[in-house]
Amino acid sequence: MPQKLVIIGAGMASGRMLEELFELSPQTYDVTLFGAEPHGNYNRIMLSPVLAGDKQFEDIITHDADWYKQHNVNCRFDEAIVKIDRRKKQVISQNGITDYDKLIIATGSASFFIPVQGKDLPGVIGFRDISDVDTMLKAAGKTNGKAVIIGGGLLGLEAAAALKARGMDVTVLHLMGHLMERQLDPAAGYLLQKELEKRGIRVVCKAHTSAILGKDRVEAVLLEDGALHPADIVVMAAGIMPETHPAVSAGLRVERGIWVNDQMQTSDQDIYALGECVEHDGIIYGLVAPLYDMAKVLARTLIEQQAAFIAPMVSTKLKVTGIDLFSAGEFGDEDSHEEVVLRDPARGIYKRLILRDNHIIGIVMYGDTTDSAWFFDKFKRGEDISDIRANLIHGPSMAGGNADPLAAVAAMPDSAEICGCNGVCKGTIISAIHNGANDLAAVRAQTKASASCGNCTGLVEQVLAVTLGDNFVVPAAKGMCSCTDLTHQDVRQIIKSRKLKSIAAVMQEAGWKTSCGCPSCRPALNYYLLCQWPLEYTDDAQSRFVNERNHANIQKDGTYSVLPRMWGGMTTPQELRAIADAAEKYNVPTIHVTGGQRIDLLGIQRDDLPSIWSDLNKAGLVSGHAYSKGLRTVKTCVGTDHCRFGTQDSTGLGIKLEKILWGSWTPHKVKLAVSGCPRNCAEATCKDLGVICVDSGYEVSVAGAAGMELKQTEALAKVATEQEVIDLSIAFIQLYRESAAYLDRPYKWVAQVGLQWVIEQIVDDIENRVALIERFEISQSVYRKDPWAEQTKPQYQSQKWAALADLTLEAAQ
Amino acid sequence: MTNWIDIAALSDIPKRGGRVVKTTSGCIAVFRTQNDQVFALDDACPHKKGPLSEGIVHGNAVTCPLHNWVIDLETGSAKGADEGQVNTYQIKVENGRLLLDLNQLKTRSAA
Repeated sequence: MPQKLVIIGAGMASGRMLEELFELSPQTYDVTLFGAEPHGNYNRIMLSPVLAGDKQFEDIITHDADWYKQHNVNCRFDEAIVKIDRRKKQVISQNGITDYDKLIIATGSASFFIPVQGKDLPGVIGFRDISDVDTMLKAAGKTNGKAVIIGGGLLGLEAAAALKARGMDVTVLHLMGHLMERQLDPAAGYLLQKELEKRGIRVVCKAHTSAILGKDRVEAVLLEDGALHPADIVVMAAGIMPETHPAVSAGLRVERGIWVNDQMQTSDQDIYALGECVEHDGIIYGLVAPLYDMAKVLARTLIEQQAAFIAPMVSTKLKVTGIDLFSAGEFGDEDSHEEVVLRDPARGIYKRLILRDNHIIGIVMYGDTTDSAWFFDKFKRGEDISDIRANLIHGPSMAGGNADPLAAVAAMPDSAEICGCNGVCKGTIISAIHNGANDLAAVRAQTKASASCGNCTGLVEQVLAVTLGDNFVVPAAKGMCSCTDLTHQDVRQIIKSRKLKSIAAVMQEAGWKTSCGCPSCRPALNYYLLCQWPLEYTDDAQSRFVNERNHANIQKDGTYSVLPRMWGGMTTPQELRAIADAAEKYNVPTIHVTGGQRIDLLGIQRDDLPSIWSDLNKAGLVSGHAYSKGLRTVKTCVGTDHCRFGTQDSTGLGIKLEKILWGSWTPHKVKLAVSGCPRNCAEATCKDLGVICVDSGYEVSVAGAAGMELKQTEALAKVATEQEVIDLSIAFIQLYRESAAYLDRPYKWVAQVGLQWVIEQIVDDIENRVALIERFEISQSVYRKDPWAEQTKPQYQSQKWAALADLTLEAAQ
Repeated sequence: MTNWIDIAALSDIPKRGGRVVKTTSGCIAVFRTQNDQVFALDDACPHKKGPLSEGIVHGNAVTCPLHNWVIDLETGSAKGADEGQVNTYQIKVENGRLLLDLNQLKTRSAA
């Protein structure tokens, strides 16, 4: 004869337990199920989508009347429990007395109502069940309804997003410094807040609620700082409290939750408990995965199988359409923790893995959670990730079985040159390491390896790794320079988000370790600021490298080169005559025709710069910016004007591009070319952006290189009109300006962000393309001008070009 | 013995910048730091004679524009792995004016 099993609480935990039990042994028990709500078991996790209107209540019912009937469950829904009589083994309820052999308490939890005046006013509700949802939906039906959510955790934010989607005016009040502080670190919390604000949800952090105001029902929420937030409803989402009432009055052991052992047994051997109402080993669980584990254990315990609940590792996802967020494990800052961080501000992506002893102990992902399962699996299984650490953050596609890069470095002879700029070979670096240089900075200081262009930094680090073995830790994310641990992308993000508009402000707010930076961070900051705030920021000449400050290239003897622009490589007899005259007048020792289709005058004295510029200006010649991290040249062929193979007016297009783009500052130099046919005489396929004209239109390709590295361009798009070429070129350059790290050429930047992303941003997303072009034009309204004409103004003569003092006479006396 | 002569106003040099004073035996670079300290050094890097006056000034140092040697403004010595030193000259600010010791300059041109 079956035993009598009585269950108090018809939620998800007891529901899953019943499924398990009926699966294992359908006949052992006669089940009576009490529920406080009029419904049976439904998927409470999906209340948010119901609230948002993405789902109906019917869609989230787990067990319907048929299911209960099929399993002979005696349903006693909408019936309150009066008390448990442990001695008689009876449950006394509103409508009678029920005997039990085994009793399960699964009463779940209730919303925690913060103890302030007004918390009991009508209109102040929790967010636990379908009736709460109904109340909220009624309020949302009103026009201009206002909702205030207290609590910026998982539940509160889901409610906020859903109510916003229903057309309400929504404010989230959160006590802590950033949203979801239990699951997210400040950086991810910041991105989340930004996204919610973009959707029109007001977010107030560090919000201390002082009182809830209203006469007959709620009218507003008052904060301690005096701010008043009008509200038609207030949703309490500041946490949950285990519902322990029947257990307490029955005299069971109750701590914060109902105490259970590993078998889910309470202090009474015939009474069990599971779900959010229990406390196991000091922990209360609010997420579904551990509750299901409890259900499994309890079902087995009930049929006397061995089973034990083990505290699981849990993860969190936010169920708000369009917001991808994942969190698991620990993520606090502790000395023993190392971390690997990937940020892509333009795409709003943030991934952070927290490591200890080569194991993942925490995961925070925002914006792209596709690899979360892969990371979570490694986390749960405690896998040693040292072999894949280098590419770990990029997920399974990248961190797979790559060949060991160290093996190649180890195999190099000592005579192999590592640093081409400073002629440092591997043996020199190794002896410096043996002399105590145990990190990159020390090797750099002792040998100068990687101290110039920095391209060999990775190689130098690998030599360090090979030489020092486990004693060398490759820095996870490199700071911009030794003045800060923040990366270039971090700093760009801070400038933007905190609206910092001077170098001093950035250094202050970002905690620079030096008083006024160094030659590597100052030019970068100057660029980031002028790129972000073109109309407000004033260029800092003192943070410019000499060439950009003096608008000429310094040569080895301290003289300069002067190079006038030749639009699209075209010139005229008048221009050539002016160049020849200037060359004679200023005794220019060297005249060179460059690879960018222009004429370079070399060996000019600094003092002569303003006057030679002035002479060239008079002939209509302007600066060629041959010295700048900016647009250099647009190389062309003569196209349909003369060439028998030309398919389009490549010269004309090149000139148009150059006239639009000139004067713009970019993270590194930018060179373009337009070839009139696929014979490609302008060598467009090794430029930062190249255009090949064909009969049917134009092939635009990007990210080529023909300097220290050689790389062919990759196809961006094929378009039919000149205007599209121009639009794509501007958008590409603006995207590069806004997202690349200073001194990364476009090919490096594209390799980092991926060509596909670039295509999505400027080819597929027309709106974004237009926005990029607009921002470029705003910047060009300031910068599309000739610096030579500017620098020859009289005030520059006295303040910059002239000597501070001339003591040649005095000293001679 | 010193012979201070007024060469210019402090404000003639931008903060974190340098300018030159011409003398018969070459240029002297005069620097003004972020904190308005001033320094005078030969305007020729000990490495390859690069014009230090055109370098980026950071803290009490300047980085040569030619090959990034970092020169300590107080001592004239190269910092880090590089070795070399340039002459430094006495300079001071009084009432917003820059004063340079002419006698030291004369010694230099005689040497």
